[in-house]
Amino acid sequence: MTQEQKALFVGNEFGASITTDEILETFSFLDDWEERYAYVIDLGKKLPPFPESEKIELNYVHGCQSQVWLIHYFDQDSGKMYLLIESDAMIVKGLAAVVLAAFNAKTPQELLAVDIEGIFNQMDLIRHISPTRGNGLRSMVKKVQGMARLHC
Amino acid sequence: MTQVATATITQAMITPFDVQKIREDFPILAQQVNGRPLVYLDNGASAQKPLSVIESMNRYYRTDNANVHRGAHTLGDRATADFEGAREKVRAFLNARESREIIWTKGTTEAINVVASGLAQSLQPGDEILVSHMEHHANIVPWQMAAERSGAVLKVIPLDERGQLLEGAFETLLSSRTKILAITYVSNVLGTINPVREMIAQAKAIGALTLVDAAQALPHFNVDVQQLNCDFLAFSSHKLFGPTGIGVLYGKANCLEALPPYQGGGEMIERVTFAKTTWNELPYKFEAGTPAIAEAVGLGAALDYLNALDRPAIELHEQNLLKRAQLLAREVPGMHLIGTAEQKVPVVSFKIEGLHPSDIGTLLDQQGIAIRTGHHCAMPLMDFFAVPGTARASFAFYNTQEEVEQLFTALQKIQRMCC
Repeated sequence: MTQEQKALFVGNEFGASITTDEILETFSFLDDWEERYAYVIDLGKKLPPFPESEKIELNYVHGCQSQVWLIHYFDQDSGKMYLLIESDAMIVKGLAAVVLAAFNAKTPQELLAVDIEGIFNQMDLIRHISPTRGNGLRSMVKKVQGMARLHC
Repeated sequence: MTQVATATITQAMITPFDVQKIREDFPILAQQVNGRPLVYLDNGASAQKPLSVIESMNRYYRTDNANVHRGAHTLGDRATADFEGAREKVRAFLNARESREIIWTKGTTEAINVVASGLAQSLQPGDEILVSHMEHHANIVPWQMAAERSGAVLKVIPLDERGQLLEGAFETLLSSRTKILAITYVSNVLGTINPVREMIAQAKAIGALTLVDAAQALPHFNVDVQQLNCDFLAFSSHKLFGPTGIGVLYGKANCLEALPPYQGGGEMIERVTFAKTTWNELPYKFEAGTPAIAEAVGLGAALDYLNALDRPAIELHEQNLLKRAQLLAREVPGMHLIGTAEQKVPVVSFKIEGLHPSDIGTLLDQQGIAIRTGHHCAMPLMDFFAVPGTARASFAFYNTQEEVEQLFTALQKIQRMCC
């Protein structure tokens, strides 16, 4: 891994300066669907760039209508897992940002202890669209949790 | 020319039909979704059912339900009469010669599989199966499987940029090696109406068998199988305002006679011994097991409903919806229509620059508008237009001009939100 790529991972604000609590709090102030979706889309726009060279089958998340890629970097020194997610759909990218706020820059044990369903349930919008549609939220979560188990 | 003759029908020649009154026949339409009145524009995926269909199935279960063709008691006789009566309604609807030419299937997909798997047994290496680039996977994959089993070759009629069959390509591909022409009447993604009647005549002239996928055609216009002169035709009930779980394979009697059975079991046999089993006659040879009886009754009711409507008036109404949508699409910056054939049913596939189809679908749903997004089971077509998928609004006769306008107002709102 190049220093540049490593910086991309470690510099990801989601899970660091942008926390799940902060997202949930902002969300609770938004009362119509337009504001909520606009907020989620905005979150997606704040995701760090995803390396073009990593948009390969190995990193592809299946089960989404849009294209989703997910990569991780496990830092031996800190014992933390860093994640990057990319999608060509704005809402999915926003949902990825929520996932990253919950999972990124945590040790695998911490990551696996996160009650991601609880977070989704607190966001009305996500509860609406997660279970049946092909947005791949569940596939994303499963893939991240699978990665974390490998490093436990 | 196709059977959609709306271009030559003027408003004055037919009684305009009352769409609001029609909507009252469809109880599901009168509801709110996400706080907004439902605008259902996903008819190409599955159409809604009139009350008469829902009630016919209810009545069947409340009064007549029993297994069919067993003949030992009154309910069984009634169920058989309902079931065979529905078959006769399908025969009349398609203008088939005999009701034994109407085979019940689970849907269009199974109907095509019955034919493809049967013909695979007689295809020879080097024989050619001709399909088009706009087919639904249901009219591609069964033929690929047949080709793989037999050594036959799948040939594909290319398209032009408007989503029509490329002029002259079909004639070039058609040869003495062509054994089957399997073509969709109407594209589920583009709405294009193919000139199937002329194509069938040309295919027959060189001795090829012909199959028409009419799943997306029948919801919009009537089809006469004797006029078309196709050997096989397939459609699904649920896209034709009937229940899910049932569809039809029409086949000319001699073509069906020549086709081996698809599944073995009860009902499809004449006599079973462990040494040798002989097949039942048409149509039962292809109907192993207890069929979808209530669904057949429901489809029969849907056909009754359609027959009572003024179909030319409906065609005109639908074409007006399409025209309005095409006009409004021009006013949305960055919106591109995919499929602009001269002859098409009211299906509008589109992409909007900067927006993924799944974003469009989700944000329309928030506004009570149901469309389909994705590859529409037509991945080769998506590749042709170089898109990962499209957003598709597909209209039925119960949709209104106001709903078309609501769609475009909603799309503009999405653009303001996202771009």
